[in-house]
Amino acid sequence: MSVQNLNSYDPFADEGDPLGDSADVGSTSEYIHIRIQQRNGRKTLTTLQGLPKQYDSKKLLKAFKKEFACNGTLVDDEKMGQVIQLQGDQRAKISAFLVENGLEKSTIKVHGF
Amino acid sequence: MSEEPLFDPSLKKRKKKNVVFIEDPLGADADPTKPAPETIESTTVNGEAVDLGPTTAHELMSKSGASEAKPEKKDKEEEDYKAMFGDMKKKKKKKEIPMDFGDDSGTSTPVKVAEENAPAADGPTITADDIDFSDMKKKKKSSKKKANFDLDAFEKEIGESKAKASKTEGGYDDDDEGPEPDGSHLDNIDEEELGDDPFAQAGDAPVGLDAGTEPWLKSDRDYTYQELLTRFYASLHAANPSLLSSASKKRYTIAPPQLFREGNKKSIFANVTDICKKMHRQPEHVIQYLFAEMGTTGSVDGAGRLVIKGRFQQKQIENVLRRYMVEYVTCKTCKSPDTLLTKENRIFFMACESCGSRRSVNAIKSGFQAQVGKRSKNKTG
Repeated sequence: MSVQNLNSYDPFADEGDPLGDSADVGSTSEYIHIRIQQRNGRKTLTTLQGLPKQYDSKKLLKAFKKEFACNGTLVDDEKMGQVIQLQGDQRAKISAFLVENGLEKSTIKVHGF
Repeated sequence: MSEEPLFDPSLKKRKKKNVVFIEDPLGADADPTKPAPETIESTTVNGEAVDLGPTTAHELMSKSGASEAKPEKKDKEEEDYKAMFGDMKKKKKKKEIPMDFGDDSGTSTPVKVAEENAPAADGPTITADDIDFSDMKKKKKSSKKKANFDLDAFEKEIGESKAKASKTEGGYDDDDEGPEPDGSHLDNIDEEELGDDPFAQAGDAPVGLDAGTEPWLKSDRDYTYQELLTRFYASLHAANPSLLSSASKKRYTIAPPQLFREGNKKSIFANVTDICKKMHRQPEHVIQYLFAEMGTTGSVDGAGRLVIKGRFQQKQIENVLRRYMVEYVTCKTCKSPDTLLTKENRIFFMACESCGSRRSVNAIKSGFQAQVGKRSKNKTG
């Protein structure tokens, strides 16, 4: 015979926010964002954010630098994670490169003007 | 420095001298003192057609009659984005046509290539012998065979006893050019440029199918979904002609953004409040989107103008505004710009006033901002 009150299951336990598990609900997680930022003069920076975990961003950066003939770094942002940052407007090239290498085009979002 | 052109990273350096005059979309007319033309939005200044997002079924129906002659492929995922900009250049590239017209008897390789490129049973394919678009009869015949291929195969599976029926039906399809009864409308819709400017097409309703012309009446096969769908839309439009005409008549126009420079490093977006009013959106929301998209900051000055840090051209702002409208203004279902944006529990919802659909929209996120400029300016630690 079981006494209901003695059950280990606590019906009032906080089951947590159903949406809390995924860090960002706003559907940003599945997108790769390519952004552009103006520097001084006619110079720009291109940032690539939200690369899926299975890709090695270090290797990718190396490939980018070689392919686009530009410099770039890997920035560790506490909120956004690892961000690849390239010199110049490489948005179109990056997205073409990623699509060529098997990423889904619908997951890439190119921002900027 | 003062002679330096407006900022545009895509330009080559050697263009420097005449950049302002060529690349400025309004050319010499872009005098900021002169009021901008009233209506631009639906076609850009370069004459490119622009539309407001993916086409709806109504528009597809209205188009299918007019544009049957040009089955074209379209990347689905680019649809809402590219359609907005109406990229004519894209369209030209898209079609892949084997170079030898009409000598399919010689080598069969080009035909094969074309067939491989085309989607398998999705509709009319561009084979070498139906390149000639003027010869519509021939094209229809050959493409129709292909379109019906899976149907026929399917029917063969159903029963060998119906072999005769399917044969007669095949003959029917080949010979009958008149009412176009089976799914050819929809096949073409799959193929044709979905991003075509729906407003440019004349709103001719598809020919209503009279009762009795349906192909399934003459054979004992079942009707397919596509046929029924075509039939539904045909009768729908026959009963309500206003559905097509109102969609093709209405045009959403917004005055182009007026951009000028303040000093060397700031741009002023003068008519931001007008544009926001026209779109029925809060200026804060629009401005937030602009800043997030362009990766910059700015402020609103006393006269209600937006001061943006960085150099931007009118064309660039226009692009961002178009994307804003795809994302936050036009209804995804019916493409009407008549929508309301409300905020509930930190989530924005967009409700369409004309079709009643309601959906949540993405929050504006600015994303990663790289360190630009002097580090000493923002010493945070």
